[in-house]
Amino acid sequence: MKIHEYQGKQILKKFGVTVPRGIHCTTVEDAVKAAETLGGKVWVVKAQIHAGGRGKGGGVKVATSLEKVREYAGQILGMQLITHQTGPEGQKVRHLLIEEGADIKHEYYVAALTDRATQSVAIMASYEGGMDIEEVAHKTPEKIVKVFVNPLVGLTDEQALTLAKGMGMNEASIPQCVDTLKKLYTCYMETDASLAEINPLIHEGDGTVKALDAKFNFDSNALYRQEEIVAMRDLDEEDPDEVEASQFDLAYISLDGNIGCLVNGAGLAMATMDTIKLFGAEPANFLDVGGGATTEKVTEAFKIMLKNPKVKGILVNIFGGIMKCDTIAEGVVAAAKLTHLSVPLVVRMKGTNEDLGKKILKDSGLPIISADSMAEAATKIVAAVK
Amino acid sequence: MSIFINKNTRIITQGITGKTGQFHTEKCQEYANGKECFVAGVNPKKAGESIFNIPIYASVKEAAAETGATVSVIYVPPPGAAAAIWEAVEADLDLAICITEGIPVRDMLILRNKMKEKEAAGGKKTLLLGPNCPGLITPDEVKIGIMPGHIHRKGRIGVVSRSGTLTYEAVGQLTEIGLGQSSAVGIGGDPINGLKHIDVMKAFNDDPDTDAVIMIGEIGGPDEAEAAVWCKENMKKPIVGFIAGVTAPAGKRMGHAGALISGGADTADAKLAIMEECGFKVTRNPSEMAKLLKALL
Repeated sequence: MKIHEYQGKQILKKFGVTVPRGIHCTTVEDAVKAAETLGGKVWVVKAQIHAGGRGKGGGVKVATSLEKVREYAGQILGMQLITHQTGPEGQKVRHLLIEEGADIKHEYYVAALTDRATQSVAIMASYEGGMDIEEVAHKTPEKIVKVFVNPLVGLTDEQALTLAKGMGMNEASIPQCVDTLKKLYTCYMETDASLAEINPLIHEGDGTVKALDAKFNFDSNALYRQEEIVAMRDLDEEDPDEVEASQFDLAYISLDGNIGCLVNGAGLAMATMDTIKLFGAEPANFLDVGGGATTEKVTEAFKIMLKNPKVKGILVNIFGGIMKCDTIAEGVVAAAKLTHLSVPLVVRMKGTNEDLGKKILKDSGLPIISADSMAEAATKIVAAVK
Repeated sequence: MSIFINKNTRIITQGITGKTGQFHTEKCQEYANGKECFVAGVNPKKAGESIFNIPIYASVKEAAAETGATVSVIYVPPPGAAAAIWEAVEADLDLAICITEGIPVRDMLILRNKMKEKEAAGGKKTLLLGPNCPGLITPDEVKIGIMPGHIHRKGRIGVVSRSGTLTYEAVGQLTEIGLGQSSAVGIGGDPINGLKHIDVMKAFNDDPDTDAVIMIGEIGGPDEAEAAVWCKENMKKPIVGFIAGVTAPAGKRMGHAGALISGGADTADAKLAIMEECGFKVTRNPSEMAKLLKALL
């Protein structure tokens, strides 16, 4: 689960990390009031969407007067902000963060994330902040310092100092940087984050270390114990079909192709998508119905897939294990009838009660195309939509 | 022979009284030597009772001491699952198999480091399979987990995968063309887990009754590449490799918590390339895994 920058900064602040003073707002009037409340002569008007790259897309502007705050807030609020992470259609801006200006002397990068290979928490830091860290990692990997934290021990002073020095932190700011890194680690662990990134982390003219941005991802397995984080969820920022699917316990992800697929199991679902591509078409979605594919779940899955106007055909691929093929077949037939399915449907079923399942499909009177292997199913659906 | 488990394995079920635990314990009992293999359940509130003729004990330690069981299978719901695994580790079992899906990553991070700390201090090493896995099976001997038993057939091919139904797919194909399996192992779809591809490949390499292996992976994480590099130097048996997720977009969690592309090295294409380089017979067509393997024998 992702959150907005202003929410990320609230979390960082709660854990003791210094952030600029800022006010979240959703109207131009409130943006101007926020600037007045903050005082000073320079403000930053920042679009709040879940995607990165907002600055380059025109979603972050520095204002030197209240009039400018009004002007920029008016421009940014409601715009379709296009960044390298939003896709070509962009994301509508519904929230703003108005912040006091910062006296930036240098921009650094720091982040905490789970490292699968070492089964520890990796803290990364770099002198090259404010830019795309993947580019830095690719071009100049030596400019990134990394430590691995044993969660039984926590980030030690020594490790934090290694990072602060390794990232070339301003000498006078090192003690506060060490403190910030330790707080970032604590915050990462206690909020069940899967990524906590500050890019940039800056030092100001007086040596103060500040988080100028905040990006968080959270482990969805842990949301049951993170009420405060769950309350920050902004459904406007998520794909409405994916949100609806999750309410029925379906794992659904929209893609760009024209063949909808419904599969049990995440690995098999990806393999099915890959097979569709291999045989000359593109999948319209990833959809894992999970272990207990009831008629209700299959019907919902059909409805969600069919909402996508690009879908020209559906491939159902089920490996019946504990879940029997005849049960699934009944669900597929019921779903096809309930949704008045008008696009070609290929069903491939394998495993427990396979023959019984195929008979149910055949006897349904519906024009369902049956297949024995994934390859055959893909060939047939690709032919059917052409 | 087989890897990790056989008909003489004695097993404790943690979470035996829950709905999932009950359902699958019954299925496991019905398979091959299941009635002899599943000897104990654990639930502190129901100690002294029994379910499907399996006695329930208050703790894993007690169950192990009373029955001589060395393996446990865990169906405990996510909030208590990491603690359940730790209980199996503290009881010095040989192997803990965690089926539970949805355990917080932080819990697994802490658990795995506690396990390593115990080993480093000279304590007994307990292997962990999973979490978020279908379990493992040695056909015609014993099935521990949630896979459908009847699709398997005894034989000499090893199967290892992060995904449940994709394991069944490979097994189903093998059985269909007359190739049985020595063992089929689901290592699970979570980012922080126990046994990895490399560990299972080592076990298959050492098993005199395994002739060849189908290794299935998916997007996300470094495990398949690590296994491939090891296999290049050490594996004496032919391997067919498949990676799911060529069409998966970066940055999206594809069902499994661990199936998420986070950089250039953990895409399906990158993994397929390194596996091919390391001598695997790789395919982009998951329907021909068994056929390709047969051609290598």
